[in-house]
Amino acid sequence: MSGPGQLWTLIWTFGLMSLFAVGGANSAIPEMHRVAVDINHWMTDKQFADMFAISQLSPGPNVLIVTLIGYSVAGIMGAVAATLAMCGPTAILAWYVSGILKRASTSRWPAIIQAGLVPLSIGLMAASALILARTSDLSWMATLITIVAAVLATATRLSPLWMMVVGGLLGFAGVI
Amino acid sequence: MPSNSPAASDPDPTPSVPADPPGLIELFVAFAKMSLAGFGGVLGWARRSIVDQHRWMTAEEFNETFALCHILPGPNIVNLSFVFGSRFGGFAGGCAAFAGLIGPPMVIATVLAGLYARFGDIDALRRTLAGVACAAVGLLIAVVLRMMWPLIKKRDALGMLILVAVFIAIGVLQLPLHTVVLVAIPLSLVITYFLRMRGAA
Repeated sequence: MSGPGQLWTLIWTFGLMSLFAVGGANSAIPEMHRVAVDINHWMTDKQFADMFAISQLSPGPNVLIVTLIGYSVAGIMGAVAATLAMCGPTAILAWYVSGILKRASTSRWPAIIQAGLVPLSIGLMAASALILARTSDLSWMATLITIVAAVLATATRLSPLWMMVVGGLLGFAGVI
Repeated sequence: MPSNSPAASDPDPTPSVPADPPGLIELFVAFAKMSLAGFGGVLGWARRSIVDQHRWMTAEEFNETFALCHILPGPNIVNLSFVFGSRFGGFAGGCAAFAGLIGPPMVIATVLAGLYARFGDIDALRRTLAGVACAAVGLLIAVVLRMMWPLIKKRDALGMLILVAVFIAIGVLQLPLHTVVLVAIPLSLVITYFLRMRGAA
């Protein structure tokens, strides 16, 4: 598992994936799982769930799970290559489109596109939650922690960091 | 619609540039700060920094810019950093904000990835991360529920149908993302367009 071949695979994989990630990095998690676990066998289900956990624990945008996947495939160069491939092309695209829209801002297309795409991106994120639940919630206790966190995050203004810390402590204590 | 947008009467399409536009280093530092402050999402910090703290954009400008970055593919907040930075410093400004947002957290994530590669087999760490993952999945579910709520409140049947179809195709059938997106986007846009035409007629 080394050499420039792996780097190109990472760049190609994540560069292409980013163009279809409607709604952001969290929408592409099922595809990341499919590519990293099912197709390329870069990691196990458990390792994928761990990387999601680490990416949520560390500061910065959600897209950092890609950095972790890249590292596990090809070390530091892999981390950098995967991250830039996932972030660069779409950032340039956004820059380009925002330039066009500034000149033709009266169109009603943005509203229609938004109305059409928002449900799609929510569906993708819901699928992400399902895929991750399938890899993480392997016991009744684990499922219960997920449900309680979902309810607390929906109904209260508790910091998400605290919920992850409590989840980690419960895991450490062997409850799961 | 003259009432809802004060900028509509302004013939100059460039947004109100603040008196003190940020330089490249300032852009880098500001985006690095909001990125490192953001656990579980940077959007809230970005809004606070850009709109409230530095007053580089009005809330309305920020919302418009974010809406655009949200309908375009890719990590939203990363798109926003580039679009925002380029508004003040052209391509170089975009790169400065992008590098600030991505660079420092990428270094942290890489260090964590290295630690995980080294110590990931330790049982206590495995158990701890499993617990964190369970909670993090719950947080993601909460985000989905919060985003779904407006669709439910509006009784948007078409939106819910698209949502469920995409959920099944990706989550249950585990089809490739590009296949689903390439089918769902045109279908969703065409149906939305015709429903609006009929609604307007």
